Amino acid sequence: MSDIAIRAENLSKRYRIGSREPYKALRDTITDAMCVPFRAVASALNGRRSAASSQPSDNIIWALKDVSFEIKQGEVVGVIGRNGAGKSTLLKILSRITEPTEGYAEIHGRVGSLLEVGTGFHPELTGRENIYLNGAILGMKKTEIDRKFDEIVAFAEVEKFIDTPVKHYSTGMSVRLAFSVAAHLEPEILLVDEVLAVGDAAFQKKCLGKMGEVAKRGRTVLFVSHNMFAVQGLCQRGLLLESGRLRLDSDAAAVIGTYLHLGVEKGGEVNCNFPEDAPGDERGRLKAVRVVSEGGVTGQIDISKEFSIEIDYWNLKPENRLLVSIHLHDGMGICVMTVSNLPSACLTPDAWYSRYYPIGLFRTACTIPGNLLNDGTYTVSVYVNENNLPRLLDSDNIVFVPHVLSFEVEDTGTMRREYTGKWLGVVRPMLAWQTVQIE
Amino acid sequence: MGFGLERSQSPVLVIKPTYGWVSLGLHSVWEHRELLYFLTWRDIKVRYKQTVLGIAWAVLQPFLLMVVFSVFFGRLAKVPSDGFPYPLFTFCGLLPWQLFAHALTESSNSLVANERLITKVYFPRLVIPLSAVLTGLVDFIFAFLVLLGMMIHYGVMATSALWTLPLFILMAVATALGVGLWLSALNVQYRDVRYTIPLITQCWLFLSPVAYPSSIVPEPWHFLYGVNPMAGVIEGFRWALLGKADPPGTMLAVSAMVTVLLLIGGLFYFRRMEKNFADVV
Repeated sequence: MSDIAIRAENLSKRYRIGSREPYKALRDTITDAMCVPFRAVASALNGRRSAASSQPSDNIIWALKDVSFEIKQGEVVGVIGRNGAGKSTLLKILSRITEPTEGYAEIHGRVGSLLEVGTGFHPELTGRENIYLNGAILGMKKTEIDRKFDEIVAFAEVEKFIDTPVKHYSTGMSVRLAFSVAAHLEPEILLVDEVLAVGDAAFQKKCLGKMGEVAKRGRTVLFVSHNMFAVQGLCQRGLLLESGRLRLDSDAAAVIGTYLHLGVEKGGEVNCNFPEDAPGDERGRLKAVRVVSEGGVTGQIDISKEFSIEIDYWNLKPENRLLVSIHLHDGMGICVMTVSNLPSACLTPDAWYSRYYPIGLFRTACTIPGNLLNDGTYTVSVYVNENNLPRLLDSDNIVFVPHVLSFEVEDTGTMRREYTGKWLGVVRPMLAWQTVQIE
Repeated sequence: MGFGLERSQSPVLVIKPTYGWVSLGLHSVWEHRELLYFLTWRDIKVRYKQTVLGIAWAVLQPFLLMVVFSVFFGRLAKVPSDGFPYPLFTFCGLLPWQLFAHALTESSNSLVANERLITKVYFPRLVIPLSAVLTGLVDFIFAFLVLLGMMIHYGVMATSALWTLPLFILMAVATALGVGLWLSALNVQYRDVRYTIPLITQCWLFLSPVAYPSSIVPEPWHFLYGVNPMAGVIEGFRWALLGKADPPGTMLAVSAMVTVLLLIGGLFYFRRMEKNFADVV
């Protein structure tokens, strides 16, 4: 038996613009049909022009085009890309909700897809009834639901209300119940779309935990998300879609890096609210990374202004010494600089460098002067290490998150008064120049 | 690989575009019979929630119609009733009619009503109109009990033809499903269908021998009259229950044939359109 779980070969999906509209009245079709002879006459009279306008290629979009990949059993693969890149279309095709226009896919194993939490929940039915209904909709057998029923109820924490109609539940309760049913689905291949985007932060955390568990149990997971922390934490491999095409199929870190370079996550900040799920280990975890310029969080930096990269992290081990470093990469993937709060590498020594950290939340900020970087997109990779210098080892990495955030340095024209073309180079510093006549 | 996974049968699923007419895939519907059960059960459970009279509506609807028909058609217009008391005669027609009309309406609207399911989960779409048709059977059973009561009241005894009754019930459901499959698939694309359904059922009611016996249709036209499958169903129903002298032979045969054609045509049309449901609905 081959160890392939999913094989996709040139999967393509074409939509006619308009066919996705909520409905089409019969009248339109009739009018269209009645217009045909007139159009024929018109095109005969006008020659080429209207013949071209009736070409179907004008109103066709390829939501997915020639996407090929193979996923092995037990792999956890993140699918990322901006809105409209074709992520959901891909999952819909693989879960057989819609058919591909071209190409084919092979799936080896029982598929469970989770494109939405709580599909088919009915407000008039009780929690108990909805568990059975929703379970059946997700593809569980009744005996399977019977067996897991208590577990589902306990996970959702709705024991007391299990025989109350769901319409009397709070939003949080019904979302918990819905997710709980979905979480107990045990397919060999799980397709998940953005379910983490719903619900409050506590719910998202619970989802992530459960997803991690599923992944650890050796199941194949295809996971669509905008949450880079989640993709980073769960997936070994990533697929990056752009305008319906597979742009990159590589390890998760590389794919996230490229995605960030596409200039999508430009909010200037990434956050993770829960110590137990954030990148890191029992010694410390990353909470947030942000870019601050002119007093506010931003993803767009004026080339002439200084800005700071702030890193918030939890220290979880008492009396530990920590070291924070940042790698900055440019749009070509070239490492522009590695900076760290080592005393000899700082303009003014960081007081905490030599101190022993108590348990708590810390913020380390690095200020980068204006007129240093060239215009372009940069990504931030963050390291937090146990400070065992001078013998720093790889195992001292507590947090290592590559390409966690990107920002753009924007040229505001301060250096373009004389020369307005492209300034080549990784950096564009303002330096001291002097010319003297020597002879 | 696979910690504790049962990869016993390890089915390989091939996903590729389909063209034109495709096989009915009824085995797949069978595999999803539990879903069919739960969807039907959901609709039955929810149906009379938050109503005061609840399931009594299942009985009241045909009963009130019977009263109106008896007064205006039976008493005032003196419509013949094949020698049976008119209320019993018309109630006996109203039952399969209501089963049919309800199943037709519900199944035609079913795909649009379950849009969320269609766009978010895969299962054979046939399950949806099928479950919509089945929900009507519960109402039918309750109303049927009332019919039995009326037969006792009027002292009409069922004959040995009673065993054929399930066949006529099946035929009513199959006809509704056949038409419902066409209309539900059309309704996904053209919401005009929703507005034509009440019109269709109203006209169809008067084309069917509910308020009058088919015997008022001249004999040479019986063949043509049978093209309406509900003519065969209702006359057959009366024959099976009330024990009319002769079975509605020719008419029934024609009706049965039309039912089969509608159902098979509907199934194939539905399957052909099915692949676009999630994109269009």
